[in-house]
Amino acid sequence: MIAALWSQSPALAELFPLFGALLAGVWGLYRPRYSSPIAIASLVGSLVFALMVVCRVLAEGSLRYRMGGWPGPIGIEYVVDALNALILPFIPGSALLALWYSRGLIAEEFSAKLPQFHSLYLLLVTGLMGMTVTGDAFNLYVLVEITALASYALLSLGGGRAYLSTLNYLLLGTIGASFYLLGVGYMYIKTGTLFMPDLFARMPDLYGSPTLTAGFILMMVGLWIKMGLFPLHGWLPGAYTDASTPATCLIAPLVTKVTVYVMIRIMYNVFSPHFVFTTTTWSDVVPYIAAVAIVAGASLALIQTDFKRMLTYIVVAEIGYMVGGAWLGNTAGLTGAIFHIVVDMVMTLCLFMVAGIIALRGDGSIESFSGRFKTMPWTLAAFVAVGLSVIGIPPTGGFFSKWYLLSGAIEARNWVFMAALLFSSLVAAILVFRVVEKAFFGSLDEEHGDHGHHDHHSPTESEEAPVGMLIPLWVGVAVIFALGIFSGTLIEKLITHAMPPGLF
Amino acid sequence: MVSLTPLLAMLSSLAAVPLIALSGKRPNLREAFTFAAGITKLLLVLSMLPVILAGETVTYTLWEILPGLAIRFRVDAMGILFALVASSLWIVTTIYSIGYMRGLKEHAQTRFFCFFALALSATLGVAFAGNLLTLYLFYEILSLSTYPLVTHHQDKEARDGGRKYLSYLLASSIGFALPALIASYLLAGTLEFTGTGFLGGTASPAVLTFLLLLFVFGFAKSGLMPLHGWLPGAMVAPTPVSALLHAVAVVKVGVFSVLRVFTDVFGLETLKTLFISGIKAATIVAVLASITILLSSLIALFQDNLKRRLAYSTIGQLSYIILGAALLHQTAVAGALSHIVMHAFGKITLFFCAGAIFVATGKKYISQMVGLGRAMPFTFAAFFLGSLSVIGLPPAGGLLSKFYLILGSLRGDEGLFMIVFLVSSLLNAAYFLPITFRAFFPGDKAVDEVSLAGIREAPLWCVVPPVVTGLLSIALFFFPETVFRLASLAVGAGGTP
Repeated sequence: MIAALWSQSPALAELFPLFGALLAGVWGLYRPRYSSPIAIASLVGSLVFALMVVCRVLAEGSLRYRMGGWPGPIGIEYVVDALNALILPFIPGSALLALWYSRGLIAEEFSAKLPQFHSLYLLLVTGLMGMTVTGDAFNLYVLVEITALASYALLSLGGGRAYLSTLNYLLLGTIGASFYLLGVGYMYIKTGTLFMPDLFARMPDLYGSPTLTAGFILMMVGLWIKMGLFPLHGWLPGAYTDASTPATCLIAPLVTKVTVYVMIRIMYNVFSPHFVFTTTTWSDVVPYIAAVAIVAGASLALIQTDFKRMLTYIVVAEIGYMVGGAWLGNTAGLTGAIFHIVVDMVMTLCLFMVAGIIALRGDGSIESFSGRFKTMPWTLAAFVAVGLSVIGIPPTGGFFSKWYLLSGAIEARNWVFMAALLFSSLVAAILVFRVVEKAFFGSLDEEHGDHGHHDHHSPTESEEAPVGMLIPLWVGVAVIFALGIFSGTLIEKLITHAMPPGLF
Repeated sequence: MVSLTPLLAMLSSLAAVPLIALSGKRPNLREAFTFAAGITKLLLVLSMLPVILAGETVTYTLWEILPGLAIRFRVDAMGILFALVASSLWIVTTIYSIGYMRGLKEHAQTRFFCFFALALSATLGVAFAGNLLTLYLFYEILSLSTYPLVTHHQDKEARDGGRKYLSYLLASSIGFALPALIASYLLAGTLEFTGTGFLGGTASPAVLTFLLLLFVFGFAKSGLMPLHGWLPGAMVAPTPVSALLHAVAVVKVGVFSVLRVFTDVFGLETLKTLFISGIKAATIVAVLASITILLSSLIALFQDNLKRRLAYSTIGQLSYIILGAALLHQTAVAGALSHIVMHAFGKITLFFCAGAIFVATGKKYISQMVGLGRAMPFTFAAFFLGSLSVIGLPPAGGLLSKFYLILGSLRGDEGLFMIVFLVSSLLNAAYFLPITFRAFFPGDKAVDEVSLAGIREAPLWCVVPPVVTGLLSIALFFFPETVFRLASLAVGAGGTP
């Protein structure tokens, strides 16, 4: 029994949320209040099997799984190696924390649409997990679209301005997906296969072909739109800011980051380091684009007055970190990019959780943090802890991803990218401490005495977030620190094995 | 020798943080926890002293955080010297804090004592760091854990001071020290302190000089101009914070890190041969430090706010230590190390007195202190002892460390820098001695007896600590053996410096 589960774990990790989605959608129509437990149970199941996959990869090395026993080019074959094994458990894990956190909110905001909401929620997780494990370039497209459709629906549930900003996302997202599909078409024409290992094997003979180069460019541009790489980020701030808290807490941490994973997978395991850095002549430009993305994202975050909107620009800057790291063309940079995928998932999750709590207690502006250290100490303490990781203070995970990214930049002698990373760390320090200052000092204009006794916040009535929201938040904080403390182990056991041959 | 002791010494005050936080409703119990942690910490540090004096080191590796790079403690003579100063003065400061914070009925005292204990853990972490990454980790924790202390009053002035504090310290450490750290790791493949340095010969002189400057400015807690502006700003903190953190722990962590860069990252031998277009790289640092010494002493002369004058004096004295290191001679470096100790005892006395005056009279400005000595004889006597040590007059310990600094500049054929030490000592005398003199001998300005009426010494908790530290800085003149034994061990000279 255990052995069967062990060998079927790659499929089970994905089937749990898939069948959970169906169950929550169908059974939930009759018993709406069951849809939430169904969602939680299927995410727990998914997490368990995803962790099992990690153990298998650690024990056996990379593994292949044939859906229904059909072999590669005909059926869908999963290819799980150190790279996606690392990312896989973070998807159901993050979704589970987000769902735990937003249970109360969902019951309140979507009381009439509980089954629909949970069904979409699980479908999105299914899509993301599929994107992570699939070994088929076309299947990947299908999963990208499943993910995108689910996220359009979830984001637009926010109502009001969310309809318009999601429409914007839908239009741009569809363009991105079409670019990717077109690129896949070009590759299929030249090679006659869509199975990634086959593509990887067949393509070196065709590297001179302009068709392949065009395909590669199309795929990359498509993915860049999807992940919101500046200046193709236009859809991101609006779509994430206007959506409801439960939807952003699920989508903001995961969707863009999994898309970065897909970019790395295509660059290194469909094409190759040789193709990316030698055959294409423009690859060294990309870290500079990433540097611009970082500086622009950080600067735009600086001028925001709304907390959640500020966070969306931090996401834009962080995308620049990962794209730049992946395109530096050395192992240190790629290690940093891959490690930052998981670190940034958890960081973004925690940040948007804080935003959700703050929006409960005020209008969500940075101004509304005023004096909150007194009234919401646990929320603010968590924000400071996550902020340390965003700035890159040891021993948080953010410090170590920045360590590798900076190492990569120095090794590649790319001083512009290095300067952009340092600039963004300093801006992050300003962003975090501007909020901390507001929360710690309150509004000083009302002060009269020498000492800031904030007694006008009536201390009898605590405004602290409910425990059900604080626990997931603090679990996330703990994970951020654990990622930092165990970064050496993670990198040694998993990420070093994800380095493609031919990269230095 | 491998031992858990350095870790325990670092953790003892961290472990006290939850206890302090939970006993907030019972102040006496709360302060008892601080004392217990302080005494435990001092005893743990002392227990390692015999091993270090025997010429060995104590190491403990916590965990490997990056391949080939661990969070690691390594206690050597230099580290234990600093740890002894910080942990012994923490106990005295706690006594003083109780008098000061309760005397002024300060708010949020529990928070105050919590972050104080946290800051002490970070300080010991820096002192015992076995490699540059560990040092950087605790350096950053120290910057952050002292922010709530600096901004304790939570008013507009505190906000501005705190803003300056973090922007200088974080911008320099992230902008300069972190890239230098990573570049060093990439060049040398190690960041371990061994006493001889690891960067020698790994890159061209131009690159190494650039790295040296990045490090020196990256550790801006050392107050080297032009990155000194945070220190006067941080004087908005309650005086115990200024006394222990901004005369001893935080600023000394800055110069300690710079000393580590000289002795354990580059190594004195490497720096002696590091020239860039004919100029010795260390000389650039020496000139920067000299400018800081002279300028800050001049600025101090014109400060009427006592704490600000002390802050500028500290900036100058910190650069003594940097200058001593930059002279690259064993005697000068040993002098620099011992100056960490001597200046700590002298300057903490002065800050304690400034706070005691404020508690007793509410006065902050030197011009208001004329004649006060008659009402507060003990406080001003202690102030006198402290200023003797900082100026470098007998019979105070400061004379000895200054003597070795000057001797080192002569032995190292850098006679020009001797003049800097001498001129600055004159300036120190010019800005310190008149304060005591006019407190006791108001002269022509006959002090209105009425204005002194009702003024008496601050509570005992606030007066005893400065008297004790003042006497200790005199005692260091007569019994300096351990300090100089450790300092000479640290620079690799067996016997005396």
